[in-house]
Amino acid sequence: MALLEIKNLGISFGGLRAVDDVNMKIEKGQLYGLIGPNGAGKTTLFNLLTGVYQPTDGTILLDGINIVGKSTAQISVAGIGRTFQNIRLFKKMTVLDNVKVALHNKVKYSLLEGILRLPSYFEKEKVMDEEARNILKVFDLDGEENYYASNLPYGKQRKLEIARALATNPKLLLLDEPAAGMNPNETAELMDTIRLVRDKYDITILLIEHDMKLVAGICEQILVLNFGTELANGTPEEVLNNPAVITAYLGE
Amino acid sequence: MRTDKKVIRKPKQLLTMKNLLTLTIIIAVYLMIAALVEFHILNRQFTNLIVPIGANIILAVSLNLVTGFLGELSLGHAGFMAIGAFTSAIFTLNVNMPGNPEFFLAIIIGGSVAALFGFLIGVPVLRLRGDYLAIVTLGFGEIIRSIINAISLPAGLDKAGKLIVKKGTMGLSGITTYSNYTWVYIAVIITIIACANLVKSRHGRVICSIRDNYIAAESIGIHVSRFKIMAFVFAAFFAGVAGALYGHNYSNIKATDFGYDKSIDILVFVVLGGMGNIKGSVIAAIILTVLPELLRSAQDYRMLMYAVLLIAMMIFNSSELKTRMQESDKLSRITRLFKLSK
Repeated sequence: MALLEIKNLGISFGGLRAVDDVNMKIEKGQLYGLIGPNGAGKTTLFNLLTGVYQPTDGTILLDGINIVGKSTAQISVAGIGRTFQNIRLFKKMTVLDNVKVALHNKVKYSLLEGILRLPSYFEKEKVMDEEARNILKVFDLDGEENYYASNLPYGKQRKLEIARALATNPKLLLLDEPAAGMNPNETAELMDTIRLVRDKYDITILLIEHDMKLVAGICEQILVLNFGTELANGTPEEVLNNPAVITAYLGE
Repeated sequence: MRTDKKVIRKPKQLLTMKNLLTLTIIIAVYLMIAALVEFHILNRQFTNLIVPIGANIILAVSLNLVTGFLGELSLGHAGFMAIGAFTSAIFTLNVNMPGNPEFFLAIIIGGSVAALFGFLIGVPVLRLRGDYLAIVTLGFGEIIRSIINAISLPAGLDKAGKLIVKKGTMGLSGITTYSNYTWVYIAVIITIIACANLVKSRHGRVICSIRDNYIAAESIGIHVSRFKIMAFVFAAFFAGVAGALYGHNYSNIKATDFGYDKSIDILVFVVLGGMGNIKGSVIAAIILTVLPELLRSAQDYRMLMYAVLLIAMMIFNSSELKTRMQESDKLSRITRLFKLSK
């Protein structure tokens, strides 16, 4: 059974058909790419997958369970994590806290135990500290754990967002333009990090990107969207040499 | 063998040097206040201020939870204070128990009923955001006040044993003035510790994350409404406690004592002290409760001077002078002492 199966997914905003009849099947452990010109509906698709929008038609099956109609928080608990196109970090919190807050569903103690500072508070906080630090180390952010998130340079902010999403222990990780604004060196480093994350945490990754080098470099399968609907679907070689795809990006 | 290690480690985590120092400071300050009052070192004008100062500290710290840490503007906090004051007063007027247990129960009841209303109001209101939420909380503060004025209140038994029923607009009188510096001090310490501990727990982190970016908070599995309500109810409870303390400081209370202007007063404490700054709320509440009293001699010019001083404090708070003072040794030595105690 595929990890994620999207069938005939569509959403209309009034008269605008933003996503139309999209089908997608992502197998467990795959590195899947989602590309298309600006305005094609990629982020809208992400928003549909995470419950920010409710689709007007179609179903989304995560591990066989239909998640259409669930709230964003419920979908996160079900196992989908995401990053955002415009970075949405918790700016007034430290780097470590940004990751620790993502662990709140994994490591729990009750409200009373927290306020009365019972022993489980100290134990669980220690567990959270360790786990958060382990994740930060993967992204080379452990040295900056006490910085406020807003004080990190742009590239590190993007990495922190991925680290935070990873802390929720998702089955499927959605990365929305993770390489945006990065130079070629940073992009190459990010490619290695994404591959490492997929292997080390045994998760499936779906990413939106405009950087074709990254997409061709790590994606195993790619879906191309244009005007809200599928334009092509296949391996990087097939898709990136497809004349229709080239036309969509470059014009006639 | 492993259980032995655990047992030894447990007390260590609470019994740190820092916490022992804090405890010593807490006891020392209490003894200082007790001395100031019992030996009549402070005149009446100031000893009368101790309960209002304490109540205001509790109100400011609890409002800071909602406004500073959760990031939602609540303009009806005095409404919860009113609920606490009136329910606790109705309890002490109509129930006959020995003094201290009766007052303790009254405080708990005042806080709990206020918390209950915090929940009832919070569930519909907290789905709103920003300005809309602020306006609706303002509305609810006024609704609570109006309801108190509209209903009839049971005010204990008269000499013949018949129940006295008072019209809400007349308020309640004949309340036993249980509040004293000891009750208030204990309540203030409990409030500060509870709120500070909440903020530095996983629930506090969630609340702050909602303030910083609620969309991202949802994406990591946080049920935003649930935690908004949690913060709101928590804050309402302490506002109710403050109301109970305030209500038993004078022998009569009226709904007009707890109007929109009181809500704004509390908000001013929070803003001056700094959003998300518990220590700041405490200091601001103290200064801004004492200041109007100090200015009493200025009579007609009192409110004008209060306003001017308030503006001056706000400007100083965000000024270069303050940052320069903070960076220099003098202020940092004082603040380091404060840091040790929290």
